[in-house]
Amino acid sequence: MKIYLDNAATSWPKPEAVYTAMDRFQRNIGANPGRGVTQSSLASSALVLETRELLAELFHIDDPLRIAFSLNVTEALNVALKGILLPGDHLVISSMEHAALARPAFALREKGVDLTVVPCDSEGLLDVSDLAKAIRPNTKMVGLLHASNVTGTIQPIAEVGKLCREKEILFLLDSAQSAGVLPIDVNRQCIDVLAFTGHKGLLGPQGTGGLYVRPGIVVRPLKEGGTGSWARNMEQPDIMPDCLESGTLNTPGIIGLGAGVRFILEQGLERIRLHEQQLTALLWDNLQKIPGIRIYGPADLNARTAVVSFTVDNVDPNQISSALEADYGIVTRAGLHCAPLAHQTVGTIPGGTCRLSPGFFTSEREIDIAIHAIEEIARKYRR
Amino acid sequence: MWVITFLSVFHALRAEKILQKQGIDVKLIPIPRELSGSCEGLAAQLAADDVKRAVIILTTNKIEMVRQGVEVK
Repeated sequence: MKIYLDNAATSWPKPEAVYTAMDRFQRNIGANPGRGVTQSSLASSALVLETRELLAELFHIDDPLRIAFSLNVTEALNVALKGILLPGDHLVISSMEHAALARPAFALREKGVDLTVVPCDSEGLLDVSDLAKAIRPNTKMVGLLHASNVTGTIQPIAEVGKLCREKEILFLLDSAQSAGVLPIDVNRQCIDVLAFTGHKGLLGPQGTGGLYVRPGIVVRPLKEGGTGSWARNMEQPDIMPDCLESGTLNTPGIIGLGAGVRFILEQGLERIRLHEQQLTALLWDNLQKIPGIRIYGPADLNARTAVVSFTVDNVDPNQISSALEADYGIVTRAGLHCAPLAHQTVGTIPGGTCRLSPGFFTSEREIDIAIHAIEEIARKYRR
Repeated sequence: MWVITFLSVFHALRAEKILQKQGIDVKLIPIPRELSGSCEGLAAQLAADDVKRAVIILTTNKIEMVRQGVEVK
């Protein structure tokens, strides 16, 4: 029996409807959306449009056609950063960023974009007044990870959005760890560009993601090609979503993503969040009793997501993760989680942490087993 | 017949949904050949009496149109 506690990497299992929607499409429709005028293509297009509409409902986006699909959040963030910023522009990020945002940001710095990394506190929280101090006359964009993949820390995005709107700076949100779990409202939170991944909290398959671009903002595409529209023109169309969607989409994946988002809307974000908070509380309350253990990020359940990172004094996190799987069948992730800046911020460089990330389908019984296993491993290896 | 044309297939499909919700009968058809200058794709065919209202509804819903109601043979 496998106990899967790595939902921050990718959620598993998926709702049954995700598997069936993808299978049904592959077997019965299979056509290329947005191409030609056949009923088959139209059926594909209608399903892809439905996923846009479901995402728009979840994120409170007025026009679903402002959402373009991508391979994952990394691609979406690359498009947003490289398609908007020019040399001489100033970009502000936090010290809790994942490589998906930090690496393209540092690559842009090599090309003449000014970059400021605002330090967060030892629990990973950004102080909005520190962010305000980093703003300069040429600041074009603030890019921020909504919830940390290392500590679960939730950033005050509504305040950041408000500040950005006041200063006429674009606010780019990386929702990799929050979409499908925390409320996201692009209007109320003043989000100009929202990057999301389909395969984590949104419960879709890997290979799906995308970005929402507020009307009026022009994003230069990273790739040009066939869009099924404006076929006579040799120039890339400038309309959303076509301008950012060259080439055949991951149609089965997008349809699966739609089924995942529908499941979330049916269950309700509050119910999903509450279940994850209950599991997090169970983990936190019991793990902290283990001698030699350190847990990272805020203790307040409302200040964090269901990502629980810990270390045991003098034990390599990789050793814990390997033992959890080999001896107990529990899947976790150890190391730096593609976020060296975040580990530096909370003081877990160079060894990193062992990370437990339950999901909506994790049971309390599975958490009990994991707690017991970690107790045994800590006792065994600390000697 | 009267048609409205759009920027892309996704815009046409979204227009179809929105208009149907408002009780306007539309049928998506390939863009008629005589509409030169338009892109390839789909047009919404509708009754002459509905054109005005449909254009208003689509404008309020921010669905960009290429031809806001044109008669073709």
